[in-house]
Amino acid sequence: MTEFILEMKNITKSFSGVKALDNVNLQVKKGHIHALVGENGAGKSTLMNVLSGVYSYGSYTGDILYDGKICKFSKIPDSESKGIVIIHQELALIQELTIGENMFLGNERGKKFAIDWNLTYAEADKYLKTVGLLDSSRTRICDIGVGKQQLVEIAKALAKNAKLLILDEPTSSLNEQDSQALLDLLLEFKAQGMTCIIITHKLNEVSYVADEITIIRDGKSVETLTKGVDECTEDRIISAMVGRELSDRFPKRTGHTISDEIAMEVANWTVHHPIYTERKVVDNVSFHVKKGEVVGFSGLMGAGRTELAMSIFGKSYGTAISGSLKINGKEKELGNIRQAIDMGLAYVTEDRKGNGLILTNPIRTNTTLANLAGISKNTIIAANKEYEIATNYAKKMHTKCTSIEQLVGNLSGGNQQKVLLSKWMFSNPNVLILDEPTRGIDVGAKYEIYTIINELIQSGKSVIMISSELPEVLGMSDRIYVMNEGKIVGEFAQQEATQEGIMSAILKSDKGGSEDGK
Amino acid sequence: MENKAKVMTWVQKYTMILILVMVIIFFNIQTNGKILLPQNITNLISQNAYVFVLAVGMLLCILTGGNIDLSVGSVVCFVGAVGALMITSDMNILLVIVFMLGIGLLIGIWQGYWVAFVRVPPFIVTLAGMLVFRGLSNVVLEGKAVSIASYSTFVQMFGGGANCYIPDIFGFEGINITAIIIGIIITACYIAYEAKVMSKQRATGQNVFMQKVILKVVGATAIIMFFAIQFSQYKGVPTALIWVALIVAIYGYITSKTTIGRHFYAVGGNEKATRLSGINTSKVYFIAYANMGLLSALAGMLTIARMTSAQPTYGTNYEMDAISACFIGGASAYGGVGTVPGVIIGALLMGIINLGMSISGVDSNYQKVVKGLVLLAAVIFDIVSKRKKA
Repeated sequence: MTEFILEMKNITKSFSGVKALDNVNLQVKKGHIHALVGENGAGKSTLMNVLSGVYSYGSYTGDILYDGKICKFSKIPDSESKGIVIIHQELALIQELTIGENMFLGNERGKKFAIDWNLTYAEADKYLKTVGLLDSSRTRICDIGVGKQQLVEIAKALAKNAKLLILDEPTSSLNEQDSQALLDLLLEFKAQGMTCIIITHKLNEVSYVADEITIIRDGKSVETLTKGVDECTEDRIISAMVGRELSDRFPKRTGHTISDEIAMEVANWTVHHPIYTERKVVDNVSFHVKKGEVVGFSGLMGAGRTELAMSIFGKSYGTAISGSLKINGKEKELGNIRQAIDMGLAYVTEDRKGNGLILTNPIRTNTTLANLAGISKNTIIAANKEYEIATNYAKKMHTKCTSIEQLVGNLSGGNQQKVLLSKWMFSNPNVLILDEPTRGIDVGAKYEIYTIINELIQSGKSVIMISSELPEVLGMSDRIYVMNEGKIVGEFAQQEATQEGIMSAILKSDKGGSEDGK
Repeated sequence: MENKAKVMTWVQKYTMILILVMVIIFFNIQTNGKILLPQNITNLISQNAYVFVLAVGMLLCILTGGNIDLSVGSVVCFVGAVGALMITSDMNILLVIVFMLGIGLLIGIWQGYWVAFVRVPPFIVTLAGMLVFRGLSNVVLEGKAVSIASYSTFVQMFGGGANCYIPDIFGFEGINITAIIIGIIITACYIAYEAKVMSKQRATGQNVFMQKVILKVVGATAIIMFFAIQFSQYKGVPTALIWVALIVAIYGYITSKTTIGRHFYAVGGNEKATRLSGINTSKVYFIAYANMGLLSALAGMLTIARMTSAQPTYGTNYEMDAISACFIGGASAYGGVGTVPGVIIGALLMGIINLGMSISGVDSNYQKVVKGLVLLAAVIFDIVSKRKKA
């Protein structure tokens, strides 16, 4: 028996002349959890696509040894039949089908022209139990939360007889609780002899579950650290990822004072669910933000933070919205998004691809979309002015692009986020609501975005930052509100805020509100 | 290697123009040069005027997200029918024109309302419109044809009858100088425009690629002058071309230079993001369909003028011609991508294939087969070439 279940040797893969992978080596020990870390665009996903057969044998150079034998996968089923199963970052579940139907999609139980549904659901329930999900497998996917959906994905992989499970950013859309449960599940699998490769940006997870850590940078495998042998601190990993010492993950703010003037004040804000109108998504929330202040909104996924922000932003979410909104001390009623923008609000969405950017359009038109009036006269666009503005923003934000005519869909996540920020900065807001501004982007780009936030507040603007990453909220906010189940359950000044304090505010309130059910 | 990649992207960008040129060369050989005779070039424009007009309107619908308007042919027929009846009752021509455009716009508003504000799928709304207005055309015309051949003002104005050309003011035998002068004026205007754009781009510090600009200007000049000379050797500039040129110019400008045009591309690219940018997306849908009604009315005028009559069967499959022209011209079936010049090339390509096959004496049923395959090939090419890029 070989020690390594998987060896990838000298893998090189190019896309039209550009090397995405350059001589990458990866060795995964049987029954271990192996973490693959690196900045966005470092080549992690490409490597996994080579492994799973998305890029067929021959389109890359180098060898894949699985169980000691050279593999020549030409399509995904080839690798799956050997027990290599990938769970991608974006969940691949069909919302309208049941858990059981999803789990055996393309792998149906029964005969070719007569699916055995009883067998399907019985087996599905069995796998659900292994991943600790108690729902019936006849539940539709759209009726369960994202955390549970992630578990269904894992159960689906198990149903394919996975021996080597690859998880690409499995916790990127999960809250802390669900993430923890997922990681514990992986450790349980490990105890049963399963091998896992986990790709993640969250370094605390790496140190929690991983036995070995391979760091990839610019398409090359930099080094592999073994727990217990090498030093595996977060700082150590980060410096290997970015190739430089990150002395501080958050840029310093210098010479900045928070004004006493209140830029926006919300009182007794209540929002109902757009479809289940009796359900309160935001419940009697009051908060304010001062000029030049960064206010963090912490909480678990589904706490109602995004809904709160969108309902304030021109009622773009929810029904039966009540409460008062004051901007610069004056009571305002914002009936639609246009009015909200005109009143100096901007909402930078958490879902940049779905709700933020037009991927088929170039950087130039995306930058100006929220403020076309700023580049036009009598609806006629001044092309040169637009060019100038878009170019200036790209320079200011250090957006990496060939030109401002490059399609946004071809940019990396971090650069897309910069375009999205440019767009809303150009709309000239006084209060920016940033919803998960650094989700899914690498450490370097995060730092740049934090710097931009600092510049914004230095020029007297206010920032409301919704974030599920506790270190980020703690590192960037002047004041922190904690939300849970639609209510504000805590408020902390920067000095007194700790991870433990925030988590306990959430957990305490959970007990009180749990009888409402979900 | 790098050069090869450059050539490939260039080929991809201008595929339809290259194919257009190849098709022209093919038919030129096939028909012993007949296809490029002045008379045929003139016919190409006059016969397809309605396609150009409808395809431009259809482009706006398609831009909003691959939505199409199936009612176009029926609306053309209905507006034409009502117009023909008004003309034959000796109404003032100007009034008739205003009235016809008004009916078209009202139909567009009716359909646009359901699509935009009630969010009924456009396919359903316009399928209903297709049935309703075909039926109403029959009712209005009582199932008969109405001839307007004797009302020469209207007929000539919209490109029908034997004398639908801009009159020659010079009167040389065998050559229409007016056509050439019009060609020269348009060329001069175009060059002046390009020069202005270039100087502005220079002033704001943008990269200007001189070779590209020159190539573009020379190409455009050649095309404009080719048509001008062809027209001059037949009967002059067909009046239908004026309407087509007007529509192309107006909508080309709207789509590329105005905020409303920008809204169309944005909605088709990502409706949610557009809405969250403070743009009223319902209004965009509404404008697309209301406008389609208006342009259908213009196409209705061109149709009854060319046919010098109105019949309940007119306009059949016109929507398909318009849709084909859009997709062949590079519009995306998912919305958000497509240009007016592209659509014009698409319409021209279809027109040339039609004309070429007719001259070569290909059976009309086979013509349909060929047209269908060309449409499919164009869209397949579009999808495959995009997939390779990704």
